[in-house]
Amino acid sequence: MAAATASRSGLRSALPLLAPAYLWLTVAIFLPLSAMVFFSFMTELPLSGKPWAFTLGNYAAFFSQSLYLTLLLASLRLGLEVTLWCVVIGYPAAYVLAKVLKGRSREAIFLLVILPFWSNGLVRIFSWAMVLREGGILDTALNAVLPFKINIDLMYSYPAVIIGLVHSYVPYMVLTCYLTLQAIDDSLIEAGRSLGASRLQVLKRVIIPLSMPGLVAGAALIFVPVVGSFMEPRILGGRTGTFYGTIIEDQFVAVFNWPLGAALSFILLAVVLVILAVASPVLRRAA
Amino acid sequence: MAGVQVSNVSRSFGAHKALDNVSIDFADGGFYALLGPSGSGKTTLLRQIAGFDFPDSGRIAIGGESVERVPVEKRRIGMVFQNYALFPNMSVADNVAFGLSVRGEAKAVIATEVQRALDLVQLGKLGGRRPHQLSGGQRQRVALARAIVTKPRVLLLDEPLGALDKALRVDMQIELKRIQREIGITTIFVTHDQEEALTMSDRIGILRDGRLVQEGPPEEIYDRPKSEFAATFLGDANIFRGDTTGDGIRLADGTAIAAGAGAKLAAGAKASCAVRPERIRIARDAGTSDGSANMLKGQVSKRIFAGNNSTYFVERGGQTLKVIVQNTGKERLAEGQDVVLRWSPESTVLIVAG
Ligand SMILES: Nc1ncnc2c1ncn2[C@@H]1O[C@H](COP(=O)(O)OP(=O)(O)O)[C@@H](O)[C@H]1O
Ligand SMILES: [Mg+2]
Repeated sequence: MAAATASRSGLRSALPLLAPAYLWLTVAIFLPLSAMVFFSFMTELPLSGKPWAFTLGNYAAFFSQSLYLTLLLASLRLGLEVTLWCVVIGYPAAYVLAKVLKGRSREAIFLLVILPFWSNGLVRIFSWAMVLREGGILDTALNAVLPFKINIDLMYSYPAVIIGLVHSYVPYMVLTCYLTLQAIDDSLIEAGRSLGASRLQVLKRVIIPLSMPGLVAGAALIFVPVVGSFMEPRILGGRTGTFYGTIIEDQFVAVFNWPLGAALSFILLAVVLVILAVASPVLRRAA
Repeated sequence: MAGVQVSNVSRSFGAHKALDNVSIDFADGGFYALLGPSGSGKTTLLRQIAGFDFPDSGRIAIGGESVERVPVEKRRIGMVFQNYALFPNMSVADNVAFGLSVRGEAKAVIATEVQRALDLVQLGKLGGRRPHQLSGGQRQRVALARAIVTKPRVLLLDEPLGALDKALRVDMQIELKRIQREIGITTIFVTHDQEEALTMSDRIGILRDGRLVQEGPPEEIYDRPKSEFAATFLGDANIFRGDTTGDGIRLADGTAIAAGAGAKLAAGAKASCAVRPERIRIARDAGTSDGSANMLKGQVSKRIFAGNNSTYFVERGGQTLKVIVQNTGKERLAEGQDVVLRWSPESTVLIVAG
């Protein structure tokens, strides 16, 4: 009872501090989003001047054509794969940063990890295009080193999309895992070792469980935008790069069917929310 | 169970010598206190024995075998950390079970052993709690139970009671001593609290700036300190400095102080004498000599009454001497009173100056 009163009065005193954030959320996100919800139930965009009516047709379209479901599944798989690669690459990197490196070298490596974060997305993707295409940097370099001739042309392929996306999103995983790993006291690792556990056993039983919050946060930060991504698939994937996100983008920038684009993105949002809702108790139990 | 031999161990961090040629023989089943001020190398020494860190030179043996190439997890040691280092993601019982479980013991064996260890530290009913739901003293006990349940050969404790308040610390000292006797494990206990070292251990090693200053049973170190540092760090001591006369020293003003114990020094060298405050008798006047060869005159500058005893601070030739007198209910000396101090040569230890 006392605690409830205290938290209520705490909320009241916090209100002036929260107000700007809520105002911003309302103006910048809630209003445009509600407009989009509104559009998704229309036959035509009202701004186009054509006559319009309310319809459920945009949502029905998703279910009437199997293409949308196929692409959604492909995008979910892409999200899963990219997230897993980010864990595989990002977690060890975060571990080394937090537990192995000290001082100067830590700062230097940290900067390298964060760098893609600060570079422009398009620049990043086109640099990968230069590396991955036939006669590109990777191809030339490998042929210069290897005694036999090989052709490397990863451009316009699924692996190229994965590489581009992992590169873009791995800093999230490194950062979230770094933060949780750094909060783990070194003496816990030493305690584990003194009790007879090998490094691997300490990792499995102590460090990974304790870094679960970072892994989960990183996974959520990566999975959600990757499922809806369109830039990397389009530029690095070429014709193989048609995903759910690129279809939505098409509706907005090419076909100008905003109502369908809006409906498709809300379906995506719903699916992602359901996945997160189902996954979170499982992950919380694991942690 | 096993003893630990540390032989000529040195360890430097950059130019700083954290351990400088330290040799100690930790007897099998003994309770050994490593005592020293902060930064003297106590933790560093403990980490060399545990295997978290490795000496630049020297040798460490556990149970007679060199552990140079033995990693931490194979050394069969138990360690209690200053911050307890309990696994926050596990219950108390799982924390205690950790060592047995990584070893692959059967579930039933683990359950019995864990319960026995928790009973030993009197936490039998709290196995289901999480570490953050425990008080400092309880966490301390869990850390101890976790360290001993694997039946290690050596128990290493790094200032384990440092974070507890005074009353709890005394309780835990008694408890720890009881448990150590019960299982008879070789124990190396790091502390910067001299009282703790005196009351708990069979032997004490005093460290200073990475060097072992003195080593031996508590009584020996207290009664026969070999340096001014040992004399003042372990207990209180009045230090007189002068030139040796062979069996004592002569102060700058010519007063002779006879020493019945300590180093044998050639006459003329610089030396000191240490006298414990409780060995000095204080009186209003010289009265009849009681056979104590050492006598000084001074003036009481301050008296601190502490119930069972009083401490007198006596000014004498620019030096403040400390005298502790048991409360016998007899006369008390007032501040400003001229007094005579007497003590026997047997209570005076001659030590090399410095
Ligand atoms: N890993 C380390 N790197 C650099 N210096 C260290 C390291 N560990 C200990 N030292 C230094 O060694 C000295 C002894 O430290 P320590 O053994 O922790 O002392 P104590 O436990 O007696 O307080 C200190 O001066 C400390 O700064
Ligand atoms: Mg220490």
